[in-house]
Amino acid sequence: MKEKENKNIEKKKGPGRILIREEYCMGCRLCEVNCLVQHSKTKNIIKAYKTEFPRPKPGVIVEENGYVSFALQCRHCDDAPCLEACLTSAMHRDKDTQAVICDADKCVGCWMCIMVCPYGAIARNTEGKKVASKCDLCKGENVPVCVKNCPNEAIIYEK
Amino acid sequence: MAKRPVPTEFIVERDAEKCISCQACVRMCANDVHTFDPDTKTVASEHGKCVGCHFCETICPTGALVIRRSPSEFKANANWTAEVIKNITKQAATGGVLLTGMGCDKPYPIYWDHILLNASQVTNPSIDPLREPMELRTYIGRKPDKLEFSGTGRNLKVKTPLRPQLKLEVPILFSAMSYGSISLNACRSLAKASAESGTFYNTGEGGLHKDLYKYGGNTIVQVASGRFGVHKEYLEAAAAIEIKIGQGAKPGIGGHLPGEKVSEEISLTRMIPAGSDALSPAPHHDIYSIEDLKQLIYALKEAVRYKKPVGVKIAAVHNVAPIASGIVRAGADYVAIDGLRGGTGATPTVIRDNVGIPIELAIAVVDSRLRQEGIRNQASLIAAGGFRSSADVIKAIALGADAVYIGTAALVSMGCNLCQRCYSGKCNWGIATQDPYLTKRLNPEIGARRLENLLHAWSVEIKEMLGGMGINALESLRGNREQLRGVGLSDTDLRLLGIKAAGEAW
Repeated sequence: MKEKENKNIEKKKGPGRILIREEYCMGCRLCEVNCLVQHSKTKNIIKAYKTEFPRPKPGVIVEENGYVSFALQCRHCDDAPCLEACLTSAMHRDKDTQAVICDADKCVGCWMCIMVCPYGAIARNTEGKKVASKCDLCKGENVPVCVKNCPNEAIIYEK
Repeated sequence: MAKRPVPTEFIVERDAEKCISCQACVRMCANDVHTFDPDTKTVASEHGKCVGCHFCETICPTGALVIRRSPSEFKANANWTAEVIKNITKQAATGGVLLTGMGCDKPYPIYWDHILLNASQVTNPSIDPLREPMELRTYIGRKPDKLEFSGTGRNLKVKTPLRPQLKLEVPILFSAMSYGSISLNACRSLAKASAESGTFYNTGEGGLHKDLYKYGGNTIVQVASGRFGVHKEYLEAAAAIEIKIGQGAKPGIGGHLPGEKVSEEISLTRMIPAGSDALSPAPHHDIYSIEDLKQLIYALKEAVRYKKPVGVKIAAVHNVAPIASGIVRAGADYVAIDGLRGGTGATPTVIRDNVGIPIELAIAVVDSRLRQEGIRNQASLIAAGGFRSSADVIKAIALGADAVYIGTAALVSMGCNLCQRCYSGKCNWGIATQDPYLTKRLNPEIGARRLENLLHAWSVEIKEMLGGMGINALESLRGNREQLRGVGLSDTDLRLLGIKAAGEAW
């Protein structure tokens, strides 16, 4: 009984995960579009693309090889190497969501996180101030926008 | 001068203010309509390649795209229409037969739109389906002439031997669409939806893929002229067997699945070499008479130890009533009739648009004929070909059908917008294609969910209409043509349909 309780607590503690179903990914990259809009200042798709500067980078990247494609975003590892590698503690674990998040104000753009990330899920954004750009699981949203807007349910969210 | 071989059918309107050059349209169009210019960072569209499937319009995140019919117009001419000119131009360029997909799109009368349903007022009470049970359950199969019982009270037992039946929770089945003409994901969607909704889907002539054996209890397997994929396990896995003689979209002609669509998986399922054309002959070469048909029906019944119903599917042609009578007498447990507007993956346009008769008339004349001959109980009647709504379904049942097959409606619920290019193998919706880039666009979980929703919606509507007529079981409406009235129909139409004109009382 006690063990079960512990497990439940652990489950609650961990971050939600976005699971990939590559057999249904069409490679439309609408997840990237929606991610960019969600992290823009205006959250308006046309303004985000046409007028905003610096433009955020999508925290999700569609990997493609032939007809196989899938949307890859940060796995929010339990034992995240980027947390260890970050010089400035910009990369931190969110207290509420347990997601691994980069604080753009602290980030100095040294790219060490990119070097150590085993999934290649962190990107460089050099449009404005150099920062590491990655998935933050859309804090404040029930379901990350990439999952919500995937037209073929090729990514699903598990809490 | 060489005319342009394919006249532009559609134009792609792109609102430059809304387009964010995300290139979703570029990546998604299998016809390569859209291209991204890296110099100007804009997306351009080549109108001539657009088939009007509306996939890009659906996927565009800003709604920047609108597909319109090409406004380019020829001199108005009632005889030499734009379509005629375009067709002749195409044929002059290629010298080939014009191919198309889906069902007949010509404006022949749609009798459903000239038939009205009855409702109860004052003298008989209507029924509220939300408060009272309504029965849509339908059994497909041969019914005995009479029932004999033994014992009394609690020990009452039916003595008459009952023939195998298909039990349907909704009077709607999914038409025969083969794996090959549609993708495996489309087949998976149909199979899963049938299992969830308590109905059946039909393998067409494509055999049964190994992944779909688990849905065998909801599968009708077809034995067609090419005999593709027919073997012992195939017959034994199914709930019923259907001998396909003809198809509404192409009565009298066979089928042709081009070799490039015969992938490794399809080759295994159809039991033919990969890359070889799958040719279904026009006739069954062992069926040249009703007697020959009887042999095949009984050979199949024998093969499954008389445990499964065996039906026969024909296209609705001029002589449909006597043919159906012969089929019933040959021992078929059900007769499926596919009307003029029945769909297909590929057919010569001239056949699709000019051969056969509308399903409304076919149902009426077949039901009447079987009743006159006293053999209506010996087989069920499944109608197919262009059923668009629950109203069409309920009218078909009142005309005398036991259940209906839906094909096009099922595809539309999975995404299809009837661009009629199924034969090209470039279905952007992942339905009528075997291209691995395209087939994964149809997630069978979503497909099945949408099909289930459609069946649920239609069955609720059927219950509402039944309740309005004061009927609480579909069985009581079957062949109950007094519930129908014709409007704007000729005396001959009314006579053939066996219905009164609107305004005539009982």
